[in-house]
Amino acid sequence: MRPILMKGHERPLTFLKYSREGDLLFSCAKDHTPTVWFADDGERLGTYRGHNGAVWCCDVSRDSTRLVTGSADQSVKLWDVQTGTQLYTFNFNSPARSVDFSVGDKLVVITTDPFMGNPSTIQVKRIARDPADQTSDSVLTIKGPQGRINRAVWGPLNKTIISAGEDSIIRIWDAETGNLLKETDKESGHQKTISSLCMSADKSHFLTGSADKSAKLWDSRSLTLLKTYQMDRPVNAVAISPLLDHVVIGGGQEAVNVTMTDRRAGKFEAKFYHKILQDEIGGVKGHFGPINALAFNPDGRSFSSGGEDGYVRLHHFDPEYFSIRM
Amino acid sequence: MAAAALSMPEIENKAMNLGIDLSTIDFDNIVLPPGDDFGINSDDEDILHEEEAPEFETGYGNVIVVDNLPVVSPEKFAKLEGVIRKIYSQTGVIKEGGLWMPVNPDTNMTLGYCFIEFNTAQEAKEAKEKTDGYKLDKSHIFVVDMFDDIDRYMNVPDEWTPAEIKPYEAGDHLQHWLTDEKARDQFVIRAGTVTEIFWNDARQVRPDPVYQRQYWTDSFVQWSPLGTYLATVHRQGAAVWGGKSTFNRIHRFPHNQVKHIDFSPGERFLVTYSSQEPSNPRDTHRVVLNIFDLGTGKLMRDFRGSVDDFTTGGSGGLSGISWPIFKWGGGKEDKYFARIGKNAIYVYETETFILVDKKSYKVDNVVDFSWSPTDSILALFVPELGGGNQPARVSLVQMPGKVELRQKNLFSVSDCKMYWQSNGEYLAVKVDRYTKTKKSTYTGFELFRIKERDIPIEVLELDNKNDKIIAFAWEPKGHRFAVIHGDGPRPDVSFYSMKTGGITARVSKLTTLKAKQANALYWSPAGRFIVLAGLKGFNGQLEFYNVDDLETMATGEHFMCTDIEWDPTGRYVATAVTSVHEMENGFHIWSFNGKLLYRIPKDHFFQFQWRPRPPSLLSPEKEEEISRNLRKYSKKYEAEDQDVSLALSEQDRKKRRSLQEEWETWTARWKQYHEEERELRLQLRDGEASDDEGSQEQYEAKEVEAEEVLDVHEEIVD
Repeated sequence: MRPILMKGHERPLTFLKYSREGDLLFSCAKDHTPTVWFADDGERLGTYRGHNGAVWCCDVSRDSTRLVTGSADQSVKLWDVQTGTQLYTFNFNSPARSVDFSVGDKLVVITTDPFMGNPSTIQVKRIARDPADQTSDSVLTIKGPQGRINRAVWGPLNKTIISAGEDSIIRIWDAETGNLLKETDKESGHQKTISSLCMSADKSHFLTGSADKSAKLWDSRSLTLLKTYQMDRPVNAVAISPLLDHVVIGGGQEAVNVTMTDRRAGKFEAKFYHKILQDEIGGVKGHFGPINALAFNPDGRSFSSGGEDGYVRLHHFDPEYFSIRM
Repeated sequence: MAAAALSMPEIENKAMNLGIDLSTIDFDNIVLPPGDDFGINSDDEDILHEEEAPEFETGYGNVIVVDNLPVVSPEKFAKLEGVIRKIYSQTGVIKEGGLWMPVNPDTNMTLGYCFIEFNTAQEAKEAKEKTDGYKLDKSHIFVVDMFDDIDRYMNVPDEWTPAEIKPYEAGDHLQHWLTDEKARDQFVIRAGTVTEIFWNDARQVRPDPVYQRQYWTDSFVQWSPLGTYLATVHRQGAAVWGGKSTFNRIHRFPHNQVKHIDFSPGERFLVTYSSQEPSNPRDTHRVVLNIFDLGTGKLMRDFRGSVDDFTTGGSGGLSGISWPIFKWGGGKEDKYFARIGKNAIYVYETETFILVDKKSYKVDNVVDFSWSPTDSILALFVPELGGGNQPARVSLVQMPGKVELRQKNLFSVSDCKMYWQSNGEYLAVKVDRYTKTKKSTYTGFELFRIKERDIPIEVLELDNKNDKIIAFAWEPKGHRFAVIHGDGPRPDVSFYSMKTGGITARVSKLTTLKAKQANALYWSPAGRFIVLAGLKGFNGQLEFYNVDDLETMATGEHFMCTDIEWDPTGRYVATAVTSVHEMENGFHIWSFNGKLLYRIPKDHFFQFQWRPRPPSLLSPEKEEEISRNLRKYSKKYEAEDQDVSLALSEQDRKKRRSLQEEWETWTARWKQYHEEERELRLQLRDGEASDDEGSQEQYEAKEVEAEEVLDVHEEIVD
């Protein structure tokens, strides 16, 4: 498996997202320009210029026409995927951390960081069919719990919003009323900051990664803990294979702790685990820095990882990968 | 209010009266104001009181009574007071109004004693030590006592009552861990605030927990040399634990601020050490050493003094102490202990706890000594003196007679190190000598055969004399030793044997392994096998080597490994990364032949220690017989091994199957939900038909050419 190294960002990667067809790969980084690549050969297609701060997250609509990006410049922007023009800017008074389109792409859930005395919020915006009709009104605002919310995504049928963040608790909110429906308890939940959250393709379960060196798999309706994957390093990024019963978990020592000369010390490896048996399958090395973002191609035949080192590495699996027996 | 005394119905009544619905109260969220518990004892408070019975201080610890003063009239009162003040302000600060000399109201004469209150109890103690017996003049010799002592002795009843003889209580079975059916070994680990003890269950390829406790020790834990006790160290002193099923406290050894502890090899005594920051920065640290009897918990002897008295090294003097200060000699009977001082070695015997022959053993300029592990023989090293006029010397001295058994003079020596073989059969002295130019040093070995007549000495030099010695280790109970030597980044490892060449045994080299990534040697306690380890700079390279067959059995790596320890039987090796750095903390367990059995990551991993075993009770002949008929004995165990491994794989299969089944029930439910919600989902997508799940969507790849006019520019070309 020879990776394709995609160098287009000048700063650490923050997020990766494939389009539904799996032909495009969108990447966000701490430099200000999200980039779109051909997911097959890693050729750079174009960039989305306009943000004035680190871009933390993005999502692409089902028909691959709209891109939404959340940035530390306190704005969320809506883009035309094909032309790269800005369609609309939602302004906030604190950095936007995560964005996620609902099923049907009519709504988007946005989280903002606690900043200058403002608490963190989860906000739902309606996306107009015609950008000319777009307004900045929030359909729903949830004044968040303590600490930063690192990720908020839609639950099944857009009925719930699932959020996770610095307080290490996963919460399920009612997407209509904003009421808190469920939250994880101390025993089963994470012990430290949750850095990432990834939904399965059918939204039935999701995977969270945390600085407590573990990743956990949850039922997205009942919030039951299904599996725990124990790592030996803090987890920054997680992804669920849509094809096989595999999950991929990435991370590494925090940049501040990486003082050793040997790159093995940092454990900047993407680790594959068997989703059901919780056993380690293997690892993919290569990054020279912690892995910040992971994404599976929707066909499950390739995946890409984005690192603190500024590279996106695109991996097409060898045929042997599909015949691994545990 | 004593809430604990109320019964449940009473509480309910009370709550009713106050209009509180008890069922709605979350008791965990009630926070009492700090420092006030409303008389409610928390669950662990009883234990707390029981554990830490506080020492009662009367508050007079800083007061001394000086007796035998002259009896003076009021005219001379001020003068006497001045004299006393002058004497005692040398030793400490007398509190304001802290000097009180009582006067007989009838005669107006002083009573011949006075009370002095110092700022601290420590100063008072020092004053007592220094001035007790102070001669003011011929007829007035001070008798100084602590006020508390007088108080205490006053309370001694005048009539003697016979001590109550307690009925005999059977003690706990302290050796119980040796009776393990599977003959496993135990180890203790410390990670974070938790201390845990495990069985090393190599068959099940995992550790089996025995006991765990949070905040068990304040700094470290230590097994006694035969494994009977586990010692913990606290602010108030040390404690030893042991027992059959759980670890019960067997004795406490009070010693404030104890820093180091050391067991005697035969587990008869425990030495504790503390050093105290002086109140006056010009003074040196005060050192207190206590020797306790492990069996009874009684204090046998204490040593006090300034840190200078206990630093080793003769004329040069080293800063700080090297632990242990007392080295134990005389084999497992713990007959003697000794420490080095200036120009002398102080050898004490444990019958009476006084110096052997009531005086120290004078050796001018002695800088280092060590005991034979089995006999009461001391090896001493005296460096060169007078610019080479008097040669350096290594001598062997028999105790208690102080008879010099053997002596060897050495010339142009820069340093010496002594290594005893574990049976006390051989002593290797590593000698660093100056070259002729005195610019560099080279190393040789002097090998003493202690058990042979006249103790013959052999000189061994390495093939390349200029090689630096990186490590040296005797084979336990054996006749071989290993040396890592070399200058470069990949040194060589050589093995030597003391038993070659027929009747008159000679030392000779067995083999040299070239260019190894190793800087530490770990022999198996049973001999024969050795781990060549590359710690620190070599990132934890391990090589498992068989010295009988002179072949490498396996190589491995425990990345960033800091500590290596063989289990007491020589069956397993533990490699650990302790909290020297933050990453990779945890330990690995290997078989003796280098197969990685299991690994346990633990954050903030501080300590790994195997529980030692007492020496085997089998006679050498019996052991010989067993090893000859090994096949017969091993059959039984091999069958057991196979059973276990079959059971394990069966267990594994079962577990996998159940996991798979469990998962399938989950996914079945999800699929059902998913089907049910299909309509709703379609609605959300405005009736868009394709639902990705399930059916593999077919799509057509179409090449679309898009043209975009970026700029139109007209230019006239002529």
